Amino acid sequence: MSPSAETHHFRRLITIWVVLAVVLDLVFYFAVSPHVPPGAMTSSASGQQTDFTVLFMIALPVMLAVWVYGAYALIVWRESRSGDAEPEGGPKARGNLGIQVGWIATTTAIVLGVFVYGTVELIVPAGAGGGEGPSPIWTPTSHDVLPVQVIGQQWAWTYRYPTFGGFETKQLMLPVDTTVEFHVTSLDVIHDFWAYQLGVKADANPSQDNIAYTTTNQLGQFTVRCDELCGLWHGAMYNFGRVMTKAQFFVWAQSTQRQNAANTKLLPPFSYTYVPDANGADGGYYPDNVDPYSKVQQYGATSPAK
Amino acid sequence: MGRGGRLVILGVLLAVAVGLVVFTAMAFIRSSPPTVDFATGHQPGAPVDMTVQTVGSIGFGPHPTWVSYLTETPSGQWVPTTLWDLPAHTRVNVTVLQYDGGSPLRNQQWGQVQGTIGGNATLNGKSFQVIDSNSGNGVGHTFAIPTLGISVPLYADNGNANLCAVAPCTTKSPHNIVKFSFMTPGPGQYPWQCFVPCGLGYLYGNGGPMATVGYMGGFLKVVA
Repeated sequence: MSPSAETHHFRRLITIWVVLAVVLDLVFYFAVSPHVPPGAMTSSASGQQTDFTVLFMIALPVMLAVWVYGAYALIVWRESRSGDAEPEGGPKARGNLGIQVGWIATTTAIVLGVFVYGTVELIVPAGAGGGEGPSPIWTPTSHDVLPVQVIGQQWAWTYRYPTFGGFETKQLMLPVDTTVEFHVTSLDVIHDFWAYQLGVKADANPSQDNIAYTTTNQLGQFTVRCDELCGLWHGAMYNFGRVMTKAQFFVWAQSTQRQNAANTKLLPPFSYTYVPDANGADGGYYPDNVDPYSKVQQYGATSPAK
Repeated sequence: MGRGGRLVILGVLLAVAVGLVVFTAMAFIRSSPPTVDFATGHQPGAPVDMTVQTVGSIGFGPHPTWVSYLTETPSGQWVPTTLWDLPAHTRVNVTVLQYDGGSPLRNQQWGQVQGTIGGNATLNGKSFQVIDSNSGNGVGHTFAIPTLGISVPLYADNGNANLCAVAPCTTKSPHNIVKFSFMTPGPGQYPWQCFVPCGLGYLYGNGGPMATVGYMGGFLKVVA
């Protein structure tokens, strides 16, 4: 094959690849990306949606490069079509400094770029909705944070609102445009709190306070599931929560606080973790004497200033 | 006998052995307590009356020491099961005969009555909404359908009384009567369970009878 023919093929391949990559990336960005899970209900969900989009838009041209080259070779260079001798790709490429450097540089840049991007995005913003343990490193900038305790038990989730008298409920209600600080713990075995549409996922370990942050951006319903196999009714350990307006949230929180007042008095004082009775039917759960209030817990029983 | 014949016999024996293992495994996996049918013959609009009992030890079967629920069939027979066929969108009037002793709840949250019609239940004829599980006899069991938001604590009997130890118990034994009503949702299967970790001897009290259908948890099989 003459050098001019090789250049001709190379240009044609590059042109096909670039056009396809640009078109399909744009189609993905505009038509598919807005529907990529987990959606955009919270800051962490939006971040995860963006990450999936970016990573797919990087991967798509790579995949296309392989497919386009393969298809081109099958169609253009098959023996029955040209009748020419088969091209000697291997020996000609050997010692070609430009191809070798270009290949290594390109693949290295892609892999390192994806590695750095993915690593950074694991912690942006404020831990990216993941459980950070009892002493979070990546904290939100807002100091007006709503603390919500998530308590796993075989086989249901309950939620305590320490800034509303510490009432406990089976409903997870959140105000919109608010940074939420989830304190996830368990009264028995290991569970995993996965609020899918919120982009929040944190293990619920007994006697551990696992903190995760997110900021609500959209109204709507979300699903909470246990994502750690925890026994017979693990599959039924789910419920639904709702992001509502701040006004609706305060009405709900204050009315629930009143409705549950008789039972709240019987609950142990709010604490980040509790020590359950280890075995058998006797015994409730007890606070473990950890200071129950942090400096950022200011979003309380009174409406915030407008 | 030639080599071929021996191989055939060996193959047949192997096939029989594998078949027996598979049959036994499938029989174990597919075994299930009976389902009490409250749906067949139900008149639309009429409520369903259902009576169950809780016992500290069932007294028979493969696990005689396990705590258990039993269900009274429409014909008046007590059956050790926790599976019920119920008609959709129907009021169910539940009577629980509570024959077991109790303890404080691990989570007092389950001491509240929630999700029932009227938001309450009755204990021996007296309406209540909350039971303080740290006082009195404590709570013996709960009846809860988490996916429907229904939860009712069942006040315990005095643990020092001569409690019934072999099911089905009769009302001659010490017991409490808890009554409540709820509406069934649309067709589907809804798991229910007890939230008192009453599986004595198991990790966190939630193994054994707490993790076996037919004892302390089961399904509402709601049909159209």
